[in-house]
Amino acid sequence: MKKFQKSKLFYGLYIGVIFAFFYLPIVVTMFFSFNSSKSLTHFSGFSLRWYGNLIKDTEIMQAVYVSISIAILATIISTIIGTLTAIGLSKCRKLVREMLLNVNNIPMMNPDIVTAIGFLILFSSLRIPKGYYTMLMAHITFCIPYVITSVYPKVKTLDPNLADAAMDLGASPFMALYKVILPMLREGIFAGALLAFTMSFDDFVISYFVTGNGVSNISIIVYNMTKRTNPTINALSTIVILVIFVTMFIVKVIPYLIGKRRKEQLAYEENN
Amino acid sequence: MKNKLIELKNITKSFDQQEVLHNIQLYIRPNEFLTLLGPSGCGKTTILRIIGGFEEADSGEVIFDGKDIAKLPPYKREVNTVFQKYALFPFMNVFDNVAFGLNIKKVSKAETKKRVLEMLKLVGLEGFEKRKIDQLSGGQQQRVAIARALVNEPKVLLLDEPLSALDAKLRKEMQMELKKIQKKVGITFIFVTHDQEEALSMSDTVVVMNHGNIQQIGTPIDIYNEPKNRFVAEFIGESNIIPAIMKKDMLVAFDGVDFECVDSGFAPNEEVEVVLRPEDLVLTPPQFGKITATVTDITFKGVHYEIILKGEHRDYKAQTTEYHEIGTELGISVIPSNIHVMHKMKEV
Ligand SMILES: Nc1ncnc2c1ncn2[C@@H]1O[C@H](COP(=O)(O)OP(=O)(O)O)[C@@H](O)[C@H]1O
Ligand SMILES: [Mg+2]
Repeated sequence: MKKFQKSKLFYGLYIGVIFAFFYLPIVVTMFFSFNSSKSLTHFSGFSLRWYGNLIKDTEIMQAVYVSISIAILATIISTIIGTLTAIGLSKCRKLVREMLLNVNNIPMMNPDIVTAIGFLILFSSLRIPKGYYTMLMAHITFCIPYVITSVYPKVKTLDPNLADAAMDLGASPFMALYKVILPMLREGIFAGALLAFTMSFDDFVISYFVTGNGVSNISIIVYNMTKRTNPTINALSTIVILVIFVTMFIVKVIPYLIGKRRKEQLAYEENN
Repeated sequence: MKNKLIELKNITKSFDQQEVLHNIQLYIRPNEFLTLLGPSGCGKTTILRIIGGFEEADSGEVIFDGKDIAKLPPYKREVNTVFQKYALFPFMNVFDNVAFGLNIKKVSKAETKKRVLEMLKLVGLEGFEKRKIDQLSGGQQQRVAIARALVNEPKVLLLDEPLSALDAKLRKEMQMELKKIQKKVGITFIFVTHDQEEALSMSDTVVVMNHGNIQQIGTPIDIYNEPKNRFVAEFIGESNIIPAIMKKDMLVAFDGVDFECVDSGFAPNEEVEVVLRPEDLVLTPPQFGKITATVTDITFKGVHYEIILKGEHRDYKAQTTEYHEIGTELGISVIPSNIHVMHKMKEV
């Protein structure tokens, strides 16, 4: 009994340390973003001063616009391409499929810097002027594997007769895709899209290398500003963290809650 | 012949150089309950998929109502399918599953509702409209699949082993129910099964298949009483199959004895095979039988005993309502009309 309690204590402590290690820097950043003075060590009172500065700073607001618009466009485009690819993969011959799935993993395991330099060389050698569109293209490209990875497992569990059944009932192949296959995959597509969004939204390394002509996203601006103390960054970081946190919450927690509720509902109906 | 709704002419199909259908010739009359019967892997599903339009034959014609539809995609055919594992849409409720085809055809809301509810009533699922698919039992899912297909008023309903996932009791119930539904809606059913009892009890016409070949087409009674070859005889119920010589018309010899029979049209002294159904063997005291044999095994089967007799040439399987002690010597005779003579099957 005693031994059990001891190990439980140790377990709690261990988890506590890990969490502190991960989240303390974030909490400190958030905390000092509400500081009324410029100090990063001494809290002198609550204020929204740095948030006010943030809104007034056109350079930062421009970067926010770039980050958000690129994240949204890259999410939409990579989700469409990735989903169709995942469906197509399931129809390929086994050898081709295995090969493509392995190739698909490479960009995700590659260090970002390698991918970034790859893009840089590609764009330079094709003489494509670097800026907003090169950044968008790069984001679409590195998001696609995440979408495929989330959608493909769902495609694999699809009953191949479902599309046949839809066509049997008069649906054209396109309608079968739209009315049956996509709704069947919606959880995977949704998870893939949110993952793509976070990947695009918080990307620094690749964006830094493929942009140009003064186009910056949030992480590039934060990087440039950290060279001097500026609590405005804390305010900006806090917002970014919240955005990422909320999307991850949607990806991870909501499906869990839905699943749990469905189970409860089933149990409820069985009992009645 | 009477009019043909569907006709398959010289259909051949291969997968990966492996021929799974050889030169299939088959026609299906309107309002007929036709069953494709054969062991697993013999090509039954492939025939259904060719009729449904999901698979294209390598050669041959698919004639529907007088027109060749070989190139018509599935969504333009007046045929609906009940798939082997139902293939219901799990994210829709029962109503939306059944309404799917009507929604695609842009039938009005009111009309759709009327027809869906009618159909659910027909299959005995009134009041289940709002249910999720995963809240239904296997038998109920089965009924949804049938309703979803029938609501489109197809000319032909294809059913691929629709009862194979159900337990024995439910299976019997659904067999009767399917037959009733077919009579009520008055359309052609093409039914696939590997269960001979199911095929015999439900069908107007049975098509027996093996290895992508049609072995025999006929009424259940024809198929049972006059199997064309050894495969059909063995597949359709239990039987004694005995090599024999057709001495002349109406006289066949096997196991050293001449038997009168009712078959004719064979060459004199042609080598043939004789089918004797276990229930057709008449057991008598030894002196009254044509063949004598000794009881080696007897098993109670409910209505009758199944009995194995060892004779000079072979073992015989018989059915009897009387109990015989193991070791008893008995005589076996068969009346002429119960002896069925078949051409010898070429070894494949
Ligand atoms: N899509 C396919 N690709 C390759 N082989 C197939 C395919 N579909 C069926 N087959 C083969 O064709 C044969 C007949 O299959 P099927 O028509 O499904 O048989 P049944 O329904 O009578 O069990 C089997 O040997 C099966 O392995
Ligand atoms: Mg099959």
